[in-house]
This record gives sequence, C-alpha cells and structure tokens, in this order.
Amino acid sequence: MRRFSARRLTAAVALSTLVTVTGTACSTGSGSAAADDGTYTVWDPYPQFDKTSAWAKLLDQCGTEAGVKIKRTSFDTSDLANKALLAAQQDNSADVLVVDNPVVPTLAEAGVLTTTGENELDTSAVDANLLAAGQSGSKTYGTPIGANTLALYYNKDVLKKTGVDISSVKDWQSLTAALEKVKKAGHKGITFSAIGTEEGSFQFLPWFWGAGAKLTTLDSAEATAALSLWQGWLQKGYAPNSVINNTQTTSWQEFASGDYAFAENGTWQLANAEKAGFDYGVLPLPAARGGNAAAPTGGEFVTVPVQGDTGRYAVAKKLVSCLTSTDNLHTTATALSYVAPTGAVQAKQADKNPALEPWIESVKAAKGRTSDDLGTKYPTISEQLWKAVQAALSGALTPKDALAKAQSAVK
Amino acid sequence: MTHTTQLPDRQPARVRNGTPHTAPPPTRQRRRPSSQQWAAWGFLAPVTLYLILFYAYPLYRNIDLSLRHYTVRSFVQGDAPFTGPANYLTVFQDPTFAPALLHTALFTAVCLAFQYAIGLALAVFFNQHFRLSTTLRALFLVPWLLPLIVSASTWSWMLNSDSGIVNAALHAVGIGPVSWLTSPTWSLVSVITANIWIGVPFNLVVLHSGLQSIPTSLYEAAALDGANAWQRFWHLTFPLLRPVSAITLLLGLVYTLKVFDIIWIMTRGGPADSSTTLATWSYQLGFGNAMPAFGPGAAVGNLLVVTALVFGLIYVKVQRKQQAP
Repeated sequence: MRRFSARRLTAAVALSTLVTVTGTACSTGSGSAAADDGTYTVWDPYPQFDKTSAWAKLLDQCGTEAGVKIKRTSFDTSDLANKALLAAQQDNSADVLVVDNPVVPTLAEAGVLTTTGENELDTSAVDANLLAAGQSGSKTYGTPIGANTLALYYNKDVLKKTGVDISSVKDWQSLTAALEKVKKAGHKGITFSAIGTEEGSFQFLPWFWGAGAKLTTLDSAEATAALSLWQGWLQKGYAPNSVINNTQTTSWQEFASGDYAFAENGTWQLANAEKAGFDYGVLPLPAARGGNAAAPTGGEFVTVPVQGDTGRYAVAKKLVSCLTSTDNLHTTATALSYVAPTGAVQAKQADKNPALEPWIESVKAAKGRTSDDLGTKYPTISEQLWKAVQAALSGALTPKDALAKAQSAVK
Repeated sequence: MTHTTQLPDRQPARVRNGTPHTAPPPTRQRRRPSSQQWAAWGFLAPVTLYLILFYAYPLYRNIDLSLRHYTVRSFVQGDAPFTGPANYLTVFQDPTFAPALLHTALFTAVCLAFQYAIGLALAVFFNQHFRLSTTLRALFLVPWLLPLIVSASTWSWMLNSDSGIVNAALHAVGIGPVSWLTSPTWSLVSVITANIWIGVPFNLVVLHSGLQSIPTSLYEAAALDGANAWQRFWHLTFPLLRPVSAITLLLGLVYTLKVFDIIWIMTRGGPADSSTTLATWSYQLGFGNAMPAFGPGAAVGNLLVVTALVFGLIYVKVQRKQQAP
C-alpha cells in the first residue's frame, strides 16, 4: 500500500511540475504570433477607447480590407515605450505600433523600428515639421497619425470682470500685466503643469523656445529669462504653488473651477472646454517679444516594428496606409481630438469645425521635441530641464543656478 | 524565506530515517529507497523550480544588469558589454546618491519609530476589552485595506498647497499656507506622515496579537504586588513582547526601505530631489525618461536588497543569541 501511494505521489508531483513548467512556457509569446495565422497585432496608447469606439472600429475595418484579423492591445502612454523595448528583446513586437512621438528616436536607436525605406510607407503628404519628430539621421521611422499642441485658454467671464482686454495680450510683458490686473481684482491668474515628468518639460518648452533658447544650451540667458518668468508668476501669486505637482489634467481641473483667467493646455481639452460652463477663448502662446512661440508637438506616430518574419511587413504597410489615408485620418483625428498631419485633411477639419483654426495654426508653427537632430539626446535633456524647473519654482535654487546645474548634468 | 528552504532539508532526512523501521525483504530494499528518493526529489522539484524561476533567476538577472553597460540598443540586441563595478561607481559618484541615501535613512528610521510607537500604544489600548473595541480596531485597519494609489492620491489632495483641506484647516486657526508637497523643506515630512498612517495598522495587528499571548495571570500577580499601570507595561509587557517587536520592526524595515508608490504618487521624488529615496531613484534611473539607464538603476536596486539582507542577518543573529543562552 505504502509503495503504491509513494509511486502515485511521485507521478502526481512530476505531473504538477510538468504543468508548472509548461504553464510558464505558455505565458510567453503574447505578441505577434510566430506562425502566420492571419492575425496582426496593433499596440496603441489609447486605453480610453474601448471596442465600440471609432478608433477600434477603424482598426477592424482596415484589418478587413487587408484580409486579416486585428488583435488590439492598449497601454498607458508612459508604459508603452518600455513594453515595446521588452517585446523587441524577445522578438515579439507588435506588427503595428502607435507610439508617442518623442519615443520614436529612442525605439529607432534600439533598432526596434523599420525605416520608411524598409516598410515603403508614403510620407510625402505629411507636414515637414511634424514628420521631423520621427526622423533620426536621414531616416524616417513612421508617420504621424495626428498632432496636438499647447495654447493659452482664457476665461472670457473672468477677463470681463477684471477689465482685461484679451487683444492687449501680445507678449510676455502684456501677459504678466494682465495677470497682475486679474490678481488685484481678487481672481486667480494662470495655471499650467510643471510636474517632474515629461509633461512638465512639454509645458515649459513654448516659453523656453519663445525666449529664443535652445535645448542644446540649457543655461543660456534666454533660458534663464523663461524660467524667471514662471518663477516670478509663482512668487507674486499669479500662478498657484500647486503647479509644481500639477499634471496637465489637474491643471485643467483648476481652470475648469472657473476662477482662473488663463490656462496653458492642449488641443485634447477642447471637448472639456465646451462642458466647462463658461465662455472661453483660445490664444496661441505668445513669445517673449511678441509673435507666436513655437509649441512642442504632441501626438503619436504609426510605426512598423522590426519582425523576425519579414513577410509580415506587406500587410503591416497596408494597415498603416489604411489608417493614414485621407478619409480615415479625418475620422482618427476627430476621434482623438487631434489636428491632422496633412494639409488636405486640415482644410477638411477647419471646414467642419471652425473652432479648430487657431489650433491648426499652432500646429503649423509647432516643433517636434526631438527635432533639430536631437533625437535620443532629448530624453536626457528633458529630464534635466524639468528638474531645473522644479528646483527654481520650489525655491530650492535660483533659475540661473538651476539651469547651470541642469546643463552640467547633461554634458 | 527561511522556513521554505528548510523544508526540503528535513523531508529527505525523515524519509531516510524511516526506512530501517519498515524492515522490508532484501529484494525490495534495493528498490524502495530509490523510489522514495525519487518521491523526495519529486516533492522537491516544484518548490525548487519555483524558487529558481521566480527568485534566483530574477535576482541573477538584476545583478547581471547592474554589471553591464546597457543602452536601449544593447538591451534589445542582448550584447551589452560587461563593465564590472562601473555602474556602482557611477551611482556612488552621482550627486543624487548622498541625498537619496540620507532621505532613505531618515524616511525609514522616522517611519519605523512612529509606526511602532503608535502601533504599540494602540495595541495596549485595544487590549483592554471595552465596548466597541473590536469595531474601533477594525476601523484602524482601513489604511491597510485601501489600495496604495487611493490613499496616496487622497493624501496628495489633502496636502495640496492651494485647495487642500490641511491648509484650509490651518487657515481657519490663523496659520498661513504651507507648501506641503511643493517645497523642498516639507515634501519629505509629508511623505513620511502619509507612510506612518499607512504603516500603523500593520504594527497594531501584529503587536496586538503578541499582547494576547501574554498570560493575564502575570498581570494579576503584578497587580497584587502593587505594580502600577506604567510599571506593568515597562517591566512585563515590553520585555515579553520583545520577540514580536523584533519581527515587527524587521518586517517594517523591509517594507519601508522599498516604499515607492506613496512617494512617487505624492511628489515624484521632488521638488529638486528633496523626497528622493533609493527606491524612487532606482525607478527614475530605470524608467524615468525615454532613455533608460538600466545598469545604474539595477545597481541602486541591488544596494537596497543588500541593505535589507544585512538587517535580516542581524535579526537572525539576535534571535539566535536570545534562544541560545
């Protein structure tokens, strides 16, 4: 009896071990299927869109046109770059990867993405300033699906009550004067996001570039002027102290409370602005001495990651071409609250929604963060930049010292 | 961890000891030990495999990661050159290292002291049975049951400089607003406060169960001898609770050393690194921007593992000494 039970137990244990091992073996390999079973994977950073959304339907429709089944997976934006790197390490990349534009040079550097030379995508219709964000060296690594950028929202009710004429706001000086007036009348001035992440740099760049500073020299006099502008607003109480921890969403919530005159925020808040319950306007961000400052471009690129099986590129190309065709770009841009990356679709958008016109102008003036051939240097520079902004706004360092420290850390 | 590794040691020993007693016929004797040996190995296999797959291998990978120069390219291609201790030197020479180490030490020491003191006080309080004591004790568990993202977000709303309830309360009693999360002087204090609040229930529960194992007859005897409440606590409760206290503090130390979520959600380690600990710094290095520094990030992570291990060994040694005399 004992002997049998021992043997049986051995068998049971061995079996359970086997199950454990095969279980772990099965759990790998969830990306693109090794065998061509007609299923193509698409990764995107839009977890807010479920199966019934216009975006998901468009993907399925493009899949049907190409004669394949689409398996879509959504990640949080900040998570997607790491996931894409890990997947590439295991030769398990998605067939089509929709990814935030500043990440494109990083993934390209890692050898994760195919060039337009390899995947034969046609990018000739795309605005050059938008496409630049996805270029590294002389190669292009995908095509933008849409763009957004930053502008200045203002609350018409607050401005009326405090007697500020919006047409007087033309440069930094007049903007600061307007903020002073608003503050004296007992309202709140401006809110933005200066958080210690990429969002903070994204929001600071229009002022940085608007002063004439360059990302290659963080400690220039122009850069110091831009940071001193923000720091001065905080010191004088024109901007709340909470901007240091504000994401763009929390900053918008502050503006939506109705007490703030101005907010720096993006195209994607347009739908929320309609719901805010007060009359609002949009103004391109002013440069230091008048004119419009270049704002950074946001928005994603559609890319085709490198595959072990190069035969998959043909279908991937069909999918991307479908997603970025003129008709579909309009659908996508509307679904994502983006400005389309091509002139033809922009005209169509302006036609249907005149409110988008200031945004289309802003996008045309905008600049990719990784442009100017910064590429993979940008992430390091950006991290030091947001750290300098945080140090200056919190009073830990003067703007000049903070930027000097940042520049020496970039080297 | 210790008792799981002991298990496999003991089992084969018992199996081997058991064999002579059964005294089987000689023909079987040759087969049986081997079959039982197989059984022993069979039993061992799942736990060994589990340990290797989920503990040893990740740990090995992390050490390997910290000894190589990884760029995004070599991470994907898997051809990162071996650089020995270079990453550790980079980390030690980084201007963030000293503040991060100091913040980690402060964060851990202050959190542990307050969590333990408050936890013990509450445990003694709830040890006296009174009406609603169970209900109240259950309420104290709330911080433990809430997901960290919820409690950390709530804390950061409460401590918001402009619209937070804490500053509103201070304003009501005539104190000016404090930039809890956005000034370099207060950010560390704020995250420590939040973490103490989260850690008290754990201390309360463990110490409370420790208190219940102290026989009431001892207290009765002490009371008869005329010991007052404070003397009873200091000369009875505290010494008898020492083993439980030691494990509570050790576990608390390990939990606190690696606290990441609360700090990240509340301050992102800022402003100006003023609330950066080794844990948040490791994350910043590894995942903070789009050009990850996996090597130095893993090196900082390993430093944390080694610190926890050192304190674990100290605990084991102290425990042995207590049992030995």
